[in-house]
Amino acid sequence: MGILARGDDSVEILKIKGLKKTYGGKTVINGVDLTISRGEVAVVLGPSGCGKTTLLKCVNGLESHQGGVILFNGQPLGEGGLKWTLARQKIGMVFQSYDLFPHMTVLSNVMLGPLRAQKRAKDEVYAQALELLDRVGLSDRRDDYPRQLSGGQKQRIAIVRALCMNPELMLFDEVTASLDPEMVREVLDVMMGLAKRGMTMLIVTHEMEFAKAAADRIIFMDEGVIAEESEAGDFFKSPRTERAKRFLNTFYFD
Amino acid sequence: MGFNWGFIVKFLPNYAAAVALTVKLAVLGVSLSAVVGAVCGLVLYFKVKVVRTIVRGYIELSRNTPLVIQLFFLYYGIPKLGLKLSGEACAIIGLAFLGGGYMAEAFRGGLESVSEAQLESGLSVGLNAWQMTRFVILPQALSVAAPALGANCVFLIKETSVVSVIAIQDVMSLTKELIGMYYNTYETLAILVLCYSLILIPVSLAFSLIERRLRHAEFGD
Ligand SMILES: Nc1ncnc2c1ncn2[C@@H]1O[C@H](COP(=O)(O)OP(=O)(O)OP(=O)(O)O)[C@@H](O)[C@H]1O
Ligand SMILES: [Mg+2]
Repeated sequence: MGILARGDDSVEILKIKGLKKTYGGKTVINGVDLTISRGEVAVVLGPSGCGKTTLLKCVNGLESHQGGVILFNGQPLGEGGLKWTLARQKIGMVFQSYDLFPHMTVLSNVMLGPLRAQKRAKDEVYAQALELLDRVGLSDRRDDYPRQLSGGQKQRIAIVRALCMNPELMLFDEVTASLDPEMVREVLDVMMGLAKRGMTMLIVTHEMEFAKAAADRIIFMDEGVIAEESEAGDFFKSPRTERAKRFLNTFYFD
Repeated sequence: MGFNWGFIVKFLPNYAAAVALTVKLAVLGVSLSAVVGAVCGLVLYFKVKVVRTIVRGYIELSRNTPLVIQLFFLYYGIPKLGLKLSGEACAIIGLAFLGGGYMAEAFRGGLESVSEAQLESGLSVGLNAWQMTRFVILPQALSVAAPALGANCVFLIKETSVVSVIAIQDVMSLTKELIGMYYNTYETLAILVLCYSLILIPVSLAFSLIERRLRHAEFGD
């Protein structure tokens, strides 16, 4: 029984219960419950300001929360639980504006976390960094500085930087929103490849076609709550709530 | 009125010794003030409770009192409390006290220029507070603070000319003494200017070089 129970826990990689987040007096996450299973790709949609970024940042502790719990592999995160510095080594995050370290080469950017935070051996990290850079087609740019790269290249490096930590869960916050249209595809392809390899991902995006193709599940947020949660196919074909219908309509012209 | 070369040659050894002392005071004063400034800058940046209030008071005090007063206090005031400091020690402590306040502001400015996004980026790969400071915050803060730090160094080296008030044989006090004894104002002042230029111009050049290299590493221009 004990063994079985633990087996169940490892299927649910992330479990959020009753999450609340306030800024000053203003509530921006108002009781969110969410479970993500290992290998699942969940896409978070919702209008601007509904709390998508805040939700992701609560998951890796970049924002503190004022109520509820976040369980990672069954273990509570933050105060009294798994320390954030350790949790972040297993939960990778990629940001809208790439935010590579400008004073470091591509390779140093990728290797910083594995070497310093995880204290892994240099040879091993180097080999993995090159392999990952190769996978996104950028191993020849390993000695360049971020300023020498295009937006799309920077974002692919940022994804590699997170992957090189061997995360169990990846968070993506509108990672193509700052890119020129012709560069969006190269980044989405990398994410699609990750999904195929079975990476567990929680993705915030406004790329509807990508969401349709990549998501197992759509989480639709509005005003700090999850307004609707459905299988990806169902959500786009027949959204259940009025709010989701209105949101989807903003993406189409007639 | 001819330029008296003989006079200059005669007192060249005195000038050499005085320049050596000025350089020594400058090197020690600037280094110490950089250490004081870095510590204070970090205290302000990390908002260390209580200590931060003390640091703020110190910065206001150091930046808003003239060095002459600080030196008089160290040289004539402190011995009354039973602690006798040599003139040189007073000069170095005085420079560090004055410079520490300015350096702290320069460091703080650099530290605060590091963007929130950079901090989140470093945290997201699991770095702890020390690793964040060492690998993400400091390198970027220093390249932003470099011009201000360099200007402070030059400013402090110039301020060494004030230490003559506490009876130390630096370039400035030697000049005053020679003028007093021989009235060769023209020659002595010419050498004075030359001495400070010899010290300051290489320092300024070195700093603009360092600045350019730091900016190149970060921004490529
Ligand atoms: N640091 C902050 N201080 C105060 N309010 C904040 C802060 N950050 C976010 N908010 C507010 O919290 C709410 C949720 O913001 P959040 O950035 O999570 O929205 P979002 O869904 O990611 O929006 P977008 O699609 O525009 O990125 C917004 O109303 C925003 O104004
Ligand atoms: Mg957002």
